[in-house]
Amino acid sequence: MSEGASVGHNENSRTTDGVGTGARAERSAIDPKELLVSTAVEQPQSRQETRPSPVPRNGRWAGFRHLLQARMLELVREREVIFWVFVFPLLLALGLGFAFRDKPVAVSNVAIISGPRASDTVQMLGHSPSRDSVHANIADEQAAMRGFRLGKYDLVVRPSAEGGFEYRYDPSRPESVLARSLVNDALQRMSGRRDAVATTVVTSKEPGSRYIDFLIPGLLGMNLMNSGMWGIGFALVDMRQRKLLKRFVATPMRRSDFLMALASSRLILMVIEVGLLLGFGVLIFHMRVLGSLLTILLIGAIGAVSFGGLGLLTASRAQKIESVSGLINIVMMPMWIFSGVFFSYERFPAVVQPFIKALPLTALNDALRATILEGSSLLSQTGRISVLIAWGALSFLFALRWFRWT
Amino acid sequence: MAVAIHCRDLRKIYDGKVEAVRGLNLEIHAGECFGLLGPNGAGKTTTIEILEGLLEPTAGEVTILGQTWKRQARELREKIGISLQETRLSEKLTVRETIELFASFFREPRPADEVLTNMQLTEKVDALVGTLSGGQKQRLAVATALVGSPKVLFLDEPTTGLDPQSRRQLWDIVRYFQRGGGTVLLTTHYMDEAERLCDRLAIVDHGQIIAEGTPGELIERLGGHHVIEFAVSGNSPEPTGAWQALPGVESVRHDDGLVCLSVREPHRTIPALLDAVDQRREQLEHLTTRQASLEDVFVRLTGRHLRDE
Repeated sequence: MSEGASVGHNENSRTTDGVGTGARAERSAIDPKELLVSTAVEQPQSRQETRPSPVPRNGRWAGFRHLLQARMLELVREREVIFWVFVFPLLLALGLGFAFRDKPVAVSNVAIISGPRASDTVQMLGHSPSRDSVHANIADEQAAMRGFRLGKYDLVVRPSAEGGFEYRYDPSRPESVLARSLVNDALQRMSGRRDAVATTVVTSKEPGSRYIDFLIPGLLGMNLMNSGMWGIGFALVDMRQRKLLKRFVATPMRRSDFLMALASSRLILMVIEVGLLLGFGVLIFHMRVLGSLLTILLIGAIGAVSFGGLGLLTASRAQKIESVSGLINIVMMPMWIFSGVFFSYERFPAVVQPFIKALPLTALNDALRATILEGSSLLSQTGRISVLIAWGALSFLFALRWFRWT
Repeated sequence: MAVAIHCRDLRKIYDGKVEAVRGLNLEIHAGECFGLLGPNGAGKTTTIEILEGLLEPTAGEVTILGQTWKRQARELREKIGISLQETRLSEKLTVRETIELFASFFREPRPADEVLTNMQLTEKVDALVGTLSGGQKQRLAVATALVGSPKVLFLDEPTTGLDPQSRRQLWDIVRYFQRGGGTVLLTTHYMDEAERLCDRLAIVDHGQIIAEGTPGELIERLGGHHVIEFAVSGNSPEPTGAWQALPGVESVRHDDGLVCLSVREPHRTIPALLDAVDQRREQLEHLTTRQASLEDVFVRLTGRHLRDE
């Protein structure tokens, strides 16, 4: 059959349906089959090229390699991910670290009720060893009591005519208790009390005991949880919603390769996350890392994979990004609060401690703190690591049962 | 002729109640381009996804190239190429990265450059997928199906939502694949696509095949290759009988205020039609003739248009 250019043109201008004009009837002579071949005219030149002879053959790991590479490229090209995974924790550390760095020594505000001995009392306090910690004001009784009620004053002192003092303080307010003890000590000393035994005082500002030292491992744990849950859970549902998962399983791709590539991308990111946060702590806050880097990375890896498993579980059925986002937040919320990221979970009642300790983030944070701050060995963290592994393994098993590729 | 795709008594019931496919039989020969034509919701996608091994049929058996999904799934995956109805490929990967990713899943893929050249995507090789036009994205989707050097190509609604030029480019790609000996199964609700691209097709409605054959055969079955459409003023009750009696008229139907006659020889029918209108002292308001299409076949078989919602 010939490939007539004019026929090809005719076909291009043909509309699909609807009421046409009589002129269309001219086409009626053309067999549909002929039309089919005629468009071959539109073939680009390159089609006629002969195929290059070498046939590439893919090895066992070609799919895994490309999946991992694709995942990493996607992450690097996604600016928001870079911000949330790498920049945000550093900003958080920076902000909180500076907010709680050199906390000024607490000053107790004290009201001295005006009277004949009021200014004497202020002078006694002003000359005492604790003068920097006590700030005394003379106020009339009404103003003093009002200030005390509103928290402006921690302590109200009424000098009595006989030479004694009456303290008004609130035993349930720590700063009030402190003020009473400070002021009493100062007034007693200035009135001639002598210490019965000699004591010496050493002030401690050791790195390792500061808030920032507590915070950085906590942030690290939280970050590993966040990026594990979002990096796996969110990414998978996004791919399911795009029908990309279905498209992948329509190829000979090994599903295990796909999951391994996801896990590997998490591990690579984990190393960067750990390096960045610890490096930041060491450089900016002169934090001291006592444990070995290998131990820390190993614990980080177990944490990253466990939270990846949890992410996989949350993503096993969800069809929409919105539903998986809610699910991820529900799973993570209790751990933000209870797992000792920003403050020690010891503050919660003893009854809930076993539950708190069973949470994966608690185990991860505790293990990270023990190695980073105390230099504990990997072996001493077996219990916490077991908790992490149990969470990861259980999530992974259930995820595999429930996971939908389509 | 070798059978590439075979299925017998295929059924799919969703959630125990929605019957999407109701006893469907197909036999598609190697080297053939076969189309499943039908309106939205006819069960085309369900059918093709069962054939692709992505959905489990409720009943029935499927053989692709003599193999079954139950026993030789991985082997089959190496031999078929699939383009889903709607896949949004990763927007942050380039065209080349996407093709190389898909190529890496196959044991013996085609070289990425060769596929990209065939798909006319050479200029966009380093562009991110997110920046491609609709037609380019669809060509890339088909490219990911062809990179494994498949013997059978499944295309689900390959040109839906594309502009005319992109549609023609895709048709070229399909024909080129077919000329290389490949078998194609596609679904479409565009009758022109089915008519031009497919060697044979099955018209699907409500999960069943209601007609099957070459486009020519199906149109032939209408009884006439031509359609005369007209409207007359003043005829309140539609005198179907009167039009049926005209010479050469095979069938009459009314469609949206128009009378449509399927005829064999318009040159005999039209003068008679004009005389008849004259005699009834009515005015002819509209008159066209056109070649009968698969749309006419579908309307004749179901009383509905393909694109009716």
